[in-house]
Amino acid sequence: MSSAFEAVTALATGFATTFKHLFRKPITEEYPEYKRPLPARTRARIILTRDPDGNERCVACYLCSAACPVSCISMQSAQKANDRRYAAWFRINFARCIYCGLCEEACPTSAIQLTPMFETCERDILKLIYEKEDLLVDHGGKDTEYNFYRYAGIVTDLGGKGEHVKEDQPVNVKSNLP
Amino acid sequence: MDWIIGFIFLLIKLLVILVGLLLVAAYLVLVERKFLARLQIRYGPNRAGKFGLLQPIADTVKMMVKEDTVPEAAEHTIFKLAPAVVAFTALLMFAVVPLGSDITIGGYKIPLVITDLNVGLLFVFAMSALGVYGVALGGWASNSKYSLLGGIRGAAQMISYELSLGLSLVPIVMLARSFSLVDIVNAQVDYPFILVQPVSFVIFIISAMAESKRIPFDLPEAENELGAGYHTEYSGMRFGLFFLGEYVHMQVLGALTAVFFLGGWRGPLLPPVLWLFIKIILISLIMIWIRATLPRLRYDQLMALGWKVLVPAALVNIVFTGAVLLILN
Repeated sequence: MSSAFEAVTALATGFATTFKHLFRKPITEEYPEYKRPLPARTRARIILTRDPDGNERCVACYLCSAACPVSCISMQSAQKANDRRYAAWFRINFARCIYCGLCEEACPTSAIQLTPMFETCERDILKLIYEKEDLLVDHGGKDTEYNFYRYAGIVTDLGGKGEHVKEDQPVNVKSNLP
Repeated sequence: MDWIIGFIFLLIKLLVILVGLLLVAAYLVLVERKFLARLQIRYGPNRAGKFGLLQPIADTVKMMVKEDTVPEAAEHTIFKLAPAVVAFTALLMFAVVPLGSDITIGGYKIPLVITDLNVGLLFVFAMSALGVYGVALGGWASNSKYSLLGGIRGAAQMISYELSLGLSLVPIVMLARSFSLVDIVNAQVDYPFILVQPVSFVIFIISAMAESKRIPFDLPEAENELGAGYHTEYSGMRFGLFFLGEYVHMQVLGALTAVFFLGGWRGPLLPPVLWLFIKIILISLIMIWIRATLPRLRYDQLMALGWKVLVPAALVNIVFTGAVLLILN
């Protein structure tokens, strides 16, 4: 008899619970009308950023392309008159990209970055192939201050040997002999 | 001449009831989805039209234009016929449900029921039993293990619950002294039978839900074990017919519950047809609420509930009702 009573109370509790939920506000977020604010580091659409001086950060080192697990990044490197390297063309196939962020981790110059913008759907799959001009933006992304050539020990228009940030003057090997 | 006019009126009644049933079935799907969603603190479909009111139309168009595939290994004729059996038997059951008292148009007396069979209740059971064939044959003819298991389960479940469904209505027949649904409604002029037969009502509702394969008893479809059960291999409008049959069946069971226990079309103020409709919707909402609350029974629990609880309870109820009727007379 007690088990029958238990069964009835269990059923009643269940029905009461669902009935109470009938009067609650639905927790659904209705997507196109309401867009949930995404964290700044959400991984979605990829951009190519510029340094504070407005130059392209990308030095076409191919590290992102090598790190990419699905091989969706391809480029061709070239060199400017001022000895800076750049990508002659840069292409990301977003139909293939898995938004893992490994390219961003591999990048030595903070050029390639992922942004929270995820609404990149297209009817035509070929429109998902982004060229360099589609990827390039006119800001520094997450790191606005960093300029690779101010730190790297390469002679460019930003400084010669020993003139970069935290760089010692070159040692004269002949005076350094024991 | 009278014969021809009677025939024309019959055709009009058939058309109205058929269109009504199909339309209500389509919108019952929407009601179920919306109501179930609210019980699960969701919104449900709200994109097609205002409040999702065009959703049934969109679904119908989708069903119609989808490819209708027949598996190569399937038994073609039976595979193609099975969905029709389910929809057809569900629709036929409504033929004996009275929608109101007789009305008079231009001197002709028209009963608001398609046919007042004197064995209406038995006709309902016969159609309900035939509906099993749609499920069992559809499952078998698909030549797929999931479909076959679903079909077997469907047959076993529906045959078991047919018994308690029938036995639960014996006291009603004893009270009304007739098998005709019109007479049963007329016998409830003073009070609906639910007041004197609550046990019978509970048994009927549980068995009816098992008959219509709704959620605590949806073992024939059991989507997480069997894909979609007996209609796994169906697509397009053939699947649509199974779906339609299910929702027409839901309406029919609501109507039968109303007829047997809630006084049918009887009610104050509002017109009779509207009262019947309100009762059907009310029963449907309760069924959806049950669906939102209870998990699916295990196969052995299902059989145990049917054979060890409902059938004996119904038998005791019959004996008890008989004894009370004997003493009172």
